[in-house]
Amino acid sequence: MFVLAEGAAPLVDPGSADGVLSLLWLVIALPLLGAAILLVGAPLARGRLDRHGHLVGVALPVLSFVLSLVMFIDVLGRSSDDRQVGQHLYTWFQAGGLKVGADLLYDPLSALFMLLITGVGSLIHIYSIGYMEHDERRRRFFGYLNLFIAAMLTLVMSANYLGVFLGWEGVGLASYLLIGFWQYKHSAAAAAKKAFILNRVGDIGLSLAVGLFFASFGTTDFTTISANADKASEGTMTALGLLLLLAACGKSAQVPLQSWLLDAMEGPTPVSALIHAATMVTAGVYLVVRSNFVFDTAPHARTAVVVVATVTLLWGAIIGCGKDDIKKVLAGSTMSQIGYMMLGAGLGVAGYPFAIFHLLTHGFFKANMFLGAGSVMHGMDDDVDMRHYGVLSRAMPVTFLTFAMGYLAIIGFPGFSGFWSKDKIIEVALTQNWLVGVLAMLGAGITGFYMTRLMLMTFFSQKRWAEGVHPHESPRVMTGPLVVLAALSVLGGVMLIGNWIADFLEPVTGHALEENPALPAVVSSLIVVVIVAVGVALAWYFFQRQEVPREPPQDVSFVTRAARSELYGNEINEGLVVRPGGQLVGGLTLFDRHGVDGVVQGTSLGVSGTGSVLRLVQTGFVRSYALSLLAGAVLVVVALLAVNLS
Amino acid sequence: MTPYVLLSAVLFTIGSVGVLTRRNAIVVFMCIELMLNASNLALVAFAKQHGDLDGQVTAFFVMVVAAAEVVIGLAIIMTIFRTRRSASVDDASLLKY
Repeated sequence: MFVLAEGAAPLVDPGSADGVLSLLWLVIALPLLGAAILLVGAPLARGRLDRHGHLVGVALPVLSFVLSLVMFIDVLGRSSDDRQVGQHLYTWFQAGGLKVGADLLYDPLSALFMLLITGVGSLIHIYSIGYMEHDERRRRFFGYLNLFIAAMLTLVMSANYLGVFLGWEGVGLASYLLIGFWQYKHSAAAAAKKAFILNRVGDIGLSLAVGLFFASFGTTDFTTISANADKASEGTMTALGLLLLLAACGKSAQVPLQSWLLDAMEGPTPVSALIHAATMVTAGVYLVVRSNFVFDTAPHARTAVVVVATVTLLWGAIIGCGKDDIKKVLAGSTMSQIGYMMLGAGLGVAGYPFAIFHLLTHGFFKANMFLGAGSVMHGMDDDVDMRHYGVLSRAMPVTFLTFAMGYLAIIGFPGFSGFWSKDKIIEVALTQNWLVGVLAMLGAGITGFYMTRLMLMTFFSQKRWAEGVHPHESPRVMTGPLVVLAALSVLGGVMLIGNWIADFLEPVTGHALEENPALPAVVSSLIVVVIVAVGVALAWYFFQRQEVPREPPQDVSFVTRAARSELYGNEINEGLVVRPGGQLVGGLTLFDRHGVDGVVQGTSLGVSGTGSVLRLVQTGFVRSYALSLLAGAVLVVVALLAVNLS
Repeated sequence: MTPYVLLSAVLFTIGSVGVLTRRNAIVVFMCIELMLNASNLALVAFAKQHGDLDGQVTAFFVMVVAAAEVVIGLAIIMTIFRTRRSASVDDASLLKY
C-alpha cells in the first residue's frame, strides 16, 4: 500500500561542537537554573523572590532563545553536509556493557525545535506576566514553566533515546504540575491525574522501545542505530516502530490515548498554549520523525502511524464541532492538527519535512489563538462559554485582529502559513493513497466549519453577555506576544519558498524521490479551498444567519450529542480499561485476603488443632506413662529381632 | 543356659506387671528392683555362656545404679507422703493437660 521512498538513507553522523555551538549545554542549563532558583531557592530567600522572581523566570528563556538564534544563524552559514553537531557532556552511567552518555545533538531538526520552544516559549512567558498578575502563586508558575522548557529542550536536543526519555518524563511532570496548578479546584486535580496516567500508558511504549534498542543494538545512540538499522530484522523494527507509535499517541493525544487533552484545558491558558498546543504535544511527532531510520525499514509500523493519524484528525475535528467551551474547541483542533502532522510523518521520507513545517506553523497560529482565547477570557471575567460571548470584535479589536490571523491560517486561507503546510501534507497523502488524501481534505472542511463557528460565536453574531460583564482589551504585555504570533502566522509560509524546509531537513530525513502526483498541486489546493469554503459557508448559515441560543439546545442530532461527549472517549476508556481493571484489582484483593491469608491462617489453625488433639496423651497418671514406656521398649526389641533375624 | 534366661524373662515380666498394676508407690519400687535383678541374672547367665567376665562386671554396674536410684526414689516418695498423707501413685497426677 505504501511505497518506501528509496532515497539516500540519512545517517546521524555529528561532527564536534565548536565556536558558538560549544554553548549547546547552556541552552538547557539556563531555564533549568531558572526552575531551580524559583522552586528550590525561593523558599530559602524567605519570600523576597515572590514579588519579582517571575522576571528571572522570563529572562532566562529569552536568553536561551537568543543563543538558539545565534547558533541557527551560524549553522545556516555552513554547507548542508556540515550541519550535524554533537556535544558529549559526561558519561551518565555505565553498567556492564551498557554505556550511556549525556550527549547533545544539534542538527537541522533539533535546531528548528529549539527555536520554536524557546521563541514561542519566551513570548508565552511574557504574556503570562500579565495573565498571572493577580495570582499569588505566580513565582511557582514560572518555576514550573521554566522546568518545562528545560525538559522539552532536553527531549529535542538529546543524542540518544535515554536522554529523550528523560525529557519525555520531565515534560509529563511539568504538564501534571501545570494542569493542576489551581490545586484547590477538584476538576483541575482530576484532569492533571488523568493526563499523567494516560501519558504513562504511552511511556510504557517508550520504555519498552529503549529496552528493545539496548537488546538489539547494544546502545540507544542515534548514530549507532541509524548506521545499523538496515541490519536488524524487520520484525524487530516493526515492534520498535509500534512501541514508538504508542509513546507518541500518549504524548500527542492521538487515538486511543486522546481523552486527556480536552480535560487538560483546566490549566491556565498560557499552559494550554505552550504545552498543549505548540510544544509538548508535538513531542510525539518529533519522536516519529527523529526515528525515521526505524520507520523507513518497517512499512507495517508506518501504515499504523497513517491509520492512527487519519482517525485522529477526523476525531478531533468532530469533537471541535460540538463544544461550547472556547478552549476545548481549540483543544479538539489541536488534536486534529497533530493528526495532520502524524499523517505527514507516517507518509515517509516525502512527508517528514512537511510534518515539521506544519508543526512549526501550527505552533505559531495555535499558540496565537490560545493566547487570544486567554485574552478574551480575561476580558469576560474568566468565562469560557462561547454562548456568553458575541460581538467582541468591537470591544477587543487587537485580540480580534490577531485571532483572525490565526483563524485564517488554520483554515488554510490561501497565502497564510497554514495554507502552505496543510496543502503540502494533503498533496503527499494523495500521491500515496487516495483514500487518506480525501479524508484529509474532508478534515480540512470540518476544520473550516468549527473554526468559523468559534469566530462567529465569539466575535460576531449577537451580544449574549452576562450581567455586569464589561469586555475590555487586554494590557500590552498580553497583546504584544499576540501581535508577534499573528505576524508569524501570516508570514510562516516563507519557509516553503524554494522548498527551503525540505532541503534544510534533508540531512535528517533523507531525500525523497520525485513521484508523479495523482493530481497537479494547483488542482488539489483548489479542491481543498472549495471544501473549506463549503465548511465556512455552513458555519455562517448556522451561526450568523440564525440566532445562537444562550443555553445549548437539547434536541440535537446524534452526531452533535456524540461530539459534545467527545465521541464517548471517556466511556470507551471506562468500559475497556477502568472497569475491567477495577475488577481485576478486586479479584486480586479477594485472592490476597482469602487465598494467601487463608493459607497462612489455615496452617496455623491446623497446627493448633493437631496440638489440641495430641495433648490428650498427657493424662498425669504415672501408670499410663509406664505403659507407654513398656510399649516403646517392646517395639524396639521387636524391631531389633526383625533386623537381626532377617 | 536356657532355664536361667527363661527365669530372668519371667521375673522381668512379673516385675513389669507389678509396676503397671500396683497402686502403692513402695510396691512399685520393689517391682522395679525385681526387674533390675532379672536383668542382672540374664547378664550373669550370658557371661557364663561366653566364658568371660564382661557380663558379671556389667551386673556390678547395674547394682550400683539400682542402689543410687533407690536412695533418690525413696527420698521422693517420703517427701510426697509427708505433704499429701498418701502413698498411692494415682494421687500424684497434677502434671496433666
